[in-house]
Amino acid sequence: MCWSLRFCWAFLAVYGADYIMNPNNRNGLSRLFYNPTARSLFFQALILGLLLYFVMTIVGNVMTNLNQRGISTGFGFLSQPAGFGISQTLIEYNETFTFGRTFFVGLLNTLLVSFLGVIAATFLGVVVGISRISPNWLLRKISMVYVEILRNIPLLLQIFFWYYVVLQTLPRPRDSLSFGESIFINIRGVFVPKPVPDAGFSFYIALLVAAVVAVVALTIWAKRRMRDTGQQFPVFWTSIAILFGTAVIGFFITGRPIMLDYPELRGLNFRGGITILPELIALWFALTIYTSTYIGEIVRSGIESVSHGQTEACRALGLNEGHRMKLVILPQAMRVMIPPMTSQYLNLTKNSSLATAIGYPDLVSVFAGTTLNQTGQAIEIISMTMLVYLTISLLVSAFMNWFNRRVALVER
Amino acid sequence: MTQETGNIITLKNVNKWYGEFHVLKDINLDVKMGEKIVICGPSGSGKSTMIRCINHLEEHQEGDIIVDGVILNNDLKNIGQIRKEVGMVFQHFNLFPHLTVLQNCTLAPIWVKKMPQKEAEKIAMKFLERVKIPDQANKFPGQLSGGQQQRVAIARSLCMNPRVMLFDEPTSALDPEMIKEVLDVMVELAGEGMTMLCVTHEMGFAKKVADRVIFMDAGQIIEENDPESFFNNPQSERTKLFLSQVLGH
Repeated sequence: MCWSLRFCWAFLAVYGADYIMNPNNRNGLSRLFYNPTARSLFFQALILGLLLYFVMTIVGNVMTNLNQRGISTGFGFLSQPAGFGISQTLIEYNETFTFGRTFFVGLLNTLLVSFLGVIAATFLGVVVGISRISPNWLLRKISMVYVEILRNIPLLLQIFFWYYVVLQTLPRPRDSLSFGESIFINIRGVFVPKPVPDAGFSFYIALLVAAVVAVVALTIWAKRRMRDTGQQFPVFWTSIAILFGTAVIGFFITGRPIMLDYPELRGLNFRGGITILPELIALWFALTIYTSTYIGEIVRSGIESVSHGQTEACRALGLNEGHRMKLVILPQAMRVMIPPMTSQYLNLTKNSSLATAIGYPDLVSVFAGTTLNQTGQAIEIISMTMLVYLTISLLVSAFMNWFNRRVALVER
Repeated sequence: MTQETGNIITLKNVNKWYGEFHVLKDINLDVKMGEKIVICGPSGSGKSTMIRCINHLEEHQEGDIIVDGVILNNDLKNIGQIRKEVGMVFQHFNLFPHLTVLQNCTLAPIWVKKMPQKEAEKIAMKFLERVKIPDQANKFPGQLSGGQQQRVAIARSLCMNPRVMLFDEPTSALDPEMIKEVLDVMVELAGEGMTMLCVTHEMGFAKKVADRVIFMDAGQIIEENDPESFFNNPQSERTKLFLSQVLGH
């Protein structure tokens, strides 16, 4: 097949070109060759054909190889018992659960660290970005150094730094750093009390929901009042006071409906409470800090992309600096920031697969690592894993595209 | 202070430098309430810088600027007070592209003057009618022509009910056809008694509405006179040269 293809090419190259270049031969075929539509169709068909040939060759090869080695294909392995433990599980899991379950455990761990990373990196990035254009010389220089150093060190090294250099210097469980005898930090991780619902818990939750409803109502009311009377109202701080006040006062009124399960040192390690793995902390720190440098640059360039004339117009109208940022500069900077911000979020999610280097049980480490080793179902597992990242990425980018369209400018 | 002198703007020995470059040299200027002043001169002469000092878009280093009795210094409260009374129209309009024409006009009244939205919209529509584009109220600036955008910018300033209007080359970025529609609005505004300081090269406009024409060169006020004498009988050689070049076609 390969030879016949080569022969065709050679034939086309030698005779085809000769034939076409000769003006005497400008008949039906050559006219077709110089027609842009026909030419474009021809090349597209050619590419499609080559692609199909390529895929079929690969599939054929794989089938032959698998048959020779006696490996059965299919997703049957997902319902077999896994027989290995996982250090962090957000859903119930132990050795008797199936391989299918390990997929979800890994997936949730990936989503957890990505979610935490996106939130923290956005927050830190906005602070860094605004600092970089601050009138304060020291702040500007510090954030510049932060960005230039941390953006230029490979992420994997930064993960190793947090995991091996910083977290490994923490004391052993027996000599834990203790905060009020309820939070403990040691080389095995961070141990915090675990809230356990007690009598009156549902009543407490109802109170919290009511507080949220009150805040929403307050926001609507304040907006309406401003529209009708021009009076402004400090919605943000009032809302914080309402939420915080309800959470604290409600807690005592409903008779302390949440018990705390404190971590306790038993033998060599802590039992009870919630354990935050050092792997999660190291990965989260590294992803957050690394991505925040990029987000900082995006925020800075977004703000700088808004012309200085906008600032002058705001000043000439008497708007103060806060209003200028909130009402004029940021809404315009957003439309520049959103597309690159999307790719940073996607990068962070994909980079979280470096978890496997320090043994954080994410999807790649658990499913495409341990499960793959135990079952040998490479094709199924790798394609499932790739499909997961693809799906997450497409979902995030669909959401961001929708958001981008909402803030886009209307021109003509 | 206003009562004493009758001046709404006073510039006393104002000096400004950009680094080593001396942009404004000992500027003295008194503007009476309701006066219309046209400022002209070659580019780089400091015309724009001077009027931009009046609402503190630029900072002067020496001398006093007093607007309606408020002295312009580093006090944010004074700066805010002065900006509320002084409206400004820019060469490149500087409209807010993410807001509609109406929202452009109501933004400052709502957030600075704490005016109810309905009232702000009513006032905005009044001024949009005066600049003859009430039908464009719900369009975005990007959908309007240059002349229409500049008229929106004038309406946006007027919504803050300023006592003085500064115009920084308002027609320089416009096509010839659109210059007229903007000048017409400005002439009408002048007829209503607004105090105006206008940096422009439109000599026809200067002849028509100015009470006084000021000629600047190299950071100094070279000559100031009523338009009649300024155009027919210029005193300094520099002014004569400038006028021959501007009016020479």
